[in-house]
Amino acid sequence: MADLRRTPLFEQHQALGARIVPFAGWEMPVTYEGVREEHSAVRRHVGMFDVSHMGEVEVEGPGALAYLQRVLSNDVAKLAVGGAQYSCLCNEEGGVIDDLFAYRLGSDRYLIVTNAANHGTDLAWLGRWSHDFDVAVRDVADRYAMLAVQGPHARRVLSAALRIELPPRMRVAAVRVGRRPALACGTGYTGEDGVELLLDPEVAAPIWVELLEAGVVPCGLGSRDTLRLEACFPLHGNELTPERTPIEAGLGWCCAEATGFLGSEAVARDRAGGTAQRLAPFLIEGAGIPRGGNPVLAGGEEAGVVTSGTFSPSLALGAGMAYVRSDLAEPGTELEIDVRGKRRAARVGSKPLYEKAS
Amino acid sequence: MSEANYPDDLRYHDQHDWVRLEGDDHAVCGITWYAQDSLGEVVFYDPPEVGATIQKDASYAEVESVKAVSDVIAPMSGEIVEVNDSLEDAPEKINEDPYGEGWLVKVRLTAPAEGEGLLSADEYRKLLEG
Repeated sequence: MADLRRTPLFEQHQALGARIVPFAGWEMPVTYEGVREEHSAVRRHVGMFDVSHMGEVEVEGPGALAYLQRVLSNDVAKLAVGGAQYSCLCNEEGGVIDDLFAYRLGSDRYLIVTNAANHGTDLAWLGRWSHDFDVAVRDVADRYAMLAVQGPHARRVLSAALRIELPPRMRVAAVRVGRRPALACGTGYTGEDGVELLLDPEVAAPIWVELLEAGVVPCGLGSRDTLRLEACFPLHGNELTPERTPIEAGLGWCCAEATGFLGSEAVARDRAGGTAQRLAPFLIEGAGIPRGGNPVLAGGEEAGVVTSGTFSPSLALGAGMAYVRSDLAEPGTELEIDVRGKRRAARVGSKPLYEKAS
Repeated sequence: MSEANYPDDLRYHDQHDWVRLEGDDHAVCGITWYAQDSLGEVVFYDPPEVGATIQKDASYAEVESVKAVSDVIAPMSGEIVEVNDSLEDAPEKINEDPYGEGWLVKVRLTAPAEGEGLLSADEYRKLLEG
């Protein structure tokens, strides 16, 4: 694993006996004590994920807004200082290069958080389109460690342990953590309330230990995946690819074609004309666990493909997402999933697949 | 169980399966401590049918954890005479007690001599140390 990178928390993961695997060029923890235990800690209490492998890009200058309107799918003009906004980064054909959060840190200053596997591609793409604008695009990934603290008790535990004021959901606040400047973001990837902290890498380990002592359960990539699947959040590389538009993926809500962003013509065409396939969440009815790549059948004929599949710990059922013929994407539609030669009955669900009884 | 454990009274297949011989021509099969530890929490066991024949070195069942699926390889050839139905509701027994309550199938052996070619507990431990 000579070429793999390590986050500032690598020794912490080792000390806790985590199962460590290569992921997107990094050595990352999959689980510490078990995926199901970590999953339920986030659903019921509070867990934390080292997501320092994710990339950060700073966009600054008088042309920052006009530039981001060009490269990001959402209407960036609606993003106020201190706000957070989800967007797709599309190619000229409307295909999704990456999906990301943009945070507005100042009137002319934004921070973008990228997927680890796409960070280099995103940087090249962002750089290429920056020349026509009065803007500086900087790779600042080495400046931040990132910790996602998620779960119904995340805010209470975090604000008590770190003595900081936390921003509401979809907002970002400049705070001090470990006597260093940090950013607290009211965002996450679990379907629970929570906060993502962008920290000085040098204070990441002591903060991690402090949160462990406060009872926050360390969680790995395994439960990150089961949690996001239950919440029906797409994963780039599975549901999102440069070959499919956000409309096919059900992300039309984060596309504002009127801004004229790169790829907006293709997105407008798909929105108006529909697409052959659409992304649909589904649950297996009975036994069987679907996996990415499994064929989807309807009326005995091939009708799509599973992009992500897993065992849902909250529902104790096989669950997944699949691209299916658009007429089959409505909740309630009966499908079959070919799980390694065995046809398993499935039904299209509505998003999210799991929702806490309120 | 959290500690690696390979009982001396079992025979082992190098694909991380164990067999407990019962009488001249019957055997109980399962997966080893190493196999269940590598897989993580087992959440699903898809057993073969009683009456099905299984062949040494070929897959006869699947066990799945949250993240992965793994073929279970037959350590010996024979006919399935019993499957562990209790695993349907409690597949975690494969993790908790891989040599006891986590057994997978009972087999009537069609080639009992195949047992000679399997590994002893010591040999299997050496294989794992690699």
